[in-house]
Amino acid sequence: MSFINYSAREINCKIVYYGPGLCGKTTNLQWIYKRTNPKLKGKMISLATETERTLFFDFLPLALGTIRGFQTRFHLYTVPGQVFYNASRKLILKGCDGVVFVADSQAERMEANVESLENLRVNLDAQGIELATTPFIMQYNKRDLPNAAPIDEMRALLNPRQLTEFEACAPNGGGVFETLKAVAREVLHDLKQMSR
Amino acid sequence: MHGQQLLLYEEDHRSVQAVIRQLIRDADALAIFVVDMNGQLVAEAGEVGDIDTISLASLCAGCVAATAGLARLVGENDFPVHFHQGRRASLHITRITPQMILAVIFDDRSSLGLVRLRVRKAVGGLARIFETLRKKTERPRAFGNSPFADITDEDIDNLFSN
Repeated sequence: MSFINYSAREINCKIVYYGPGLCGKTTNLQWIYKRTNPKLKGKMISLATETERTLFFDFLPLALGTIRGFQTRFHLYTVPGQVFYNASRKLILKGCDGVVFVADSQAERMEANVESLENLRVNLDAQGIELATTPFIMQYNKRDLPNAAPIDEMRALLNPRQLTEFEACAPNGGGVFETLKAVAREVLHDLKQMSR
Repeated sequence: MHGQQLLLYEEDHRSVQAVIRQLIRDADALAIFVVDMNGQLVAEAGEVGDIDTISLASLCAGCVAATAGLARLVGENDFPVHFHQGRRASLHITRITPQMILAVIFDDRSSLGLVRLRVRKAVGGLARIFETLRKKTERPRAFGNSPFADITDEDIDNLFSN
């Protein structure tokens, strides 16, 4: 749910990075944080376990610039990927304006990808939202690993409707900003459609 | 998402500010924040100083959402009030409406009893303002055009040109 503050002349949107455990959601946000002009970003917050697995969420606010005199901010969240943290995932998904699904390209993680995507569908459905009508980007992460599955295979499994997708290698930034720009663009287009 | 937006107009912002500024005085509080359940900061008053208000809003919403989840596990609908006591500053959090949260930071110049008492009174006024706002949000065009109505693809692309 976007928030338009006419008094402060601000538009705030919420984007959630979703995906199975250890797929690289936090790494995406860390790269964005590292490479964003300090004037445009707030603090990155990570609520993580002692072993640096996401416990509740990571949060990164970004101010991209102005549209028609309104400062446009994106609040980026990750969900905890581990299966047993579903209650937290549901909470974080509430009110999101767009979703990035970070898929782990390693062949042995395909089942986890499929399960997580189905879990996203179910959790959105519980809020009365259809994944098909939500601004959505598919990111195939870890493309640099030797055991990465072929893209065609991943597309057939995870993105049969061939929505916007990117290959990525989050630790060195490959595909990270392309994904962010694409989801932000889709969210803004969606808000434009809604306001008509 | 999809069909839902929170719109805060100038006059509503002024009304909210008036209530929370009064509450600062009545409760001897340090700072007050109104936050929506999605973690967006709606209004603030008092000695905000170097508090990272955007992070505070996001964490307050997360805290309230997690606490509501705990409440349901023990057979309650919600725990509508929570209190976090610190060595110097404390945080009192209340639900104003299902969508809005009031967070009050205070120190030993005030007391939990006083904050509770004053917050209870202020919440009624804030709830009325947000109810009016909810109705406006249902028919936003009557209250001015959305900034999105006229944006072009070029406007969107320009955001990413830096």
